[in-house]
Amino acid sequence: MKKYELFDHTADLGLEIYGRTKRELFANAALALFDVMIQDIEPPTKRGGKERVKTRTVLGADVGDLLVNFLRELLYWFNGLGWVLNRGSILVCGNKKLVVQCTVEPYHPERHLIKTEIKAVTYHQLAVEKTKTGWKARVIFDV
Amino acid sequence: MSEIKLEKLDDNRWLLPQTGAMRVPGIIYANENIHDLLRHDESARQVANVAHLPGIVNFSLAMPDVHWGYGFPIGGVAAFDLETGVVSPGGVGYDINCGCRLMATNLTFPDIREKLKELTTALYHRIPSGVGSTGYVKLSGKDQKKVLEEGAAWAVKAGYGSAQDLETTEDGGCLGGADPEQVSARALERGKQQLGTLGSGNHFLEIETVEEIFDETAARVFGLHKGQIVIMIHTGSRGLGYQICDDYLALMVKHQAQTGISLPDRQLACAYLSSGRGQNYLAAMACGANYAWANRQILMYLTREVLEKTLRASPRELGMRLVYDVCHNIAKIEKFSVAGQEKKLCVHRKGATRAYPAGHEAIPACYRSVGQPVLIPGDMGSGSYVLTGQAKAMDETFGSACHGAGRVMSRSQAIRSSRGRSISRELADRGVLVMAGSKGTLGEEMPEAYKNVHDVVEVVHDAGIAKKAARLKSLACIKG
Repeated sequence: MKKYELFDHTADLGLEIYGRTKRELFANAALALFDVMIQDIEPPTKRGGKERVKTRTVLGADVGDLLVNFLRELLYWFNGLGWVLNRGSILVCGNKKLVVQCTVEPYHPERHLIKTEIKAVTYHQLAVEKTKTGWKARVIFDV
Repeated sequence: MSEIKLEKLDDNRWLLPQTGAMRVPGIIYANENIHDLLRHDESARQVANVAHLPGIVNFSLAMPDVHWGYGFPIGGVAAFDLETGVVSPGGVGYDINCGCRLMATNLTFPDIREKLKELTTALYHRIPSGVGSTGYVKLSGKDQKKVLEEGAAWAVKAGYGSAQDLETTEDGGCLGGADPEQVSARALERGKQQLGTLGSGNHFLEIETVEEIFDETAARVFGLHKGQIVIMIHTGSRGLGYQICDDYLALMVKHQAQTGISLPDRQLACAYLSSGRGQNYLAAMACGANYAWANRQILMYLTREVLEKTLRASPRELGMRLVYDVCHNIAKIEKFSVAGQEKKLCVHRKGATRAYPAGHEAIPACYRSVGQPVLIPGDMGSGSYVLTGQAKAMDETFGSACHGAGRVMSRSQAIRSSRGRSISRELADRGVLVMAGSKGTLGEEMPEAYKNVHDVVEVVHDAGIAKKAARLKSLACIKG
């Protein structure tokens, strides 16, 4: 199953994200965000020592708002704190609350190539829906 | 994609009729070419969506560079009544006070022809650009607060320019009512490292030459003449502005139900101008605007330094001076005549430039005889325009005009069509030297990704909201 794909938007960057379960959808959304922003120059396993584990609780008014708030939080990890996500798991995944545990490492220009600057996660044409085969979300990033 | 039918009003304007819950009709400034492009994106729908917001006055407007944004279209202008109207962070955009700064010099092309490459390389190395670039100025918490309150004046006091620069900056480079207490710790943290940086994406620094003069009087008043070397900078408030917008958008979405306003798009989340949340946003947005003006002021200082050093020119020989600095992502309280009465309104310009006419008190005294300079950059290959604001803009567009060419291709489309091509070589063939942090940026920003800037400028000129004064040709461009 595809984890995500890009769709065309004139000024910005649109992503369609998939998952067999809601939990997988959120995990794939996190992966997609960092995949669009950063390319690993060397695999994370070779870097040693610098990884840290972070746990966060994110709240939202509904499942769409929860997805935006989740991606916002991760985007701040990179833009504000300089952390790059290596892997993560969604521990709790409701419609209004999720708990995520992630392994992160500090951004390092020799290890991480920045492909795209993402300014923000927008609500424009936001959609999170259950499909026949699982879950699908649509989100547009301001770049 | 959009099923909205536009009615032609005249050669340059299209009416978007008021339907459903729209509170006012829309007007889109476009000629036939641009109207055809509108069929392929969602911007007309967005103009209609903005018309749903409470307290909107007269029309939901779009300039000819309009394109599909999020919430408000890019190129959108909307004014709101202070008592019954709203302010929307999405109507300003993430990059608060993104804008353009044009600097003139005493140089002509022959003075720099031999040194253009050296000069471009030196500027590229001196001006921090690209994603995550950190700035020339590292701010203490106390200094940062002053930057947010004072804007470009802080930079001038710190030695990055002269008081003369403030006179030819929109609003003197400082938006009133800024309150750093309304800015989050996250936004402040992001702002500490980025003052004096260009950023990435469509932000740039260009060396240009004045190629054509349309209005001799205006050009003379602005100190522009044919063959002259000028520099254009396009950037904004960097991560600090993005974070302020995002923080207030989240807050307004969270409390939207309490306002009782129903929205066609959550990205239009807003608060009444008379409410605490609305006022707090304006106070935080002013901080973002002031940071952006300080940023462009510092970049001008760095540019001057590089030019003096590389060309071994004295400040007097170089003669670098600020022609004007305009913002194009902002919400401001301004006075307009509505149904024969003067009223203060909150004008949102999201990808639109203020274009005040001759005689307006907000224009620097030195330019008041001809009107405010309106700076319109095009794509990397086409160069830019300088226009003057006209009286008709006060009647029709809340003193606003377009802000650039406007994208026509998505970034991924542009990357696909640039695959296998060397955009830098193609631009070099057109006489434009380009240095960019990544090949991806060049692909995304290739000239075909934008509307024809000449078309866009002709529309505002023919519509009479801004008048062409000069055209500038790109010689070299630095991208993040």
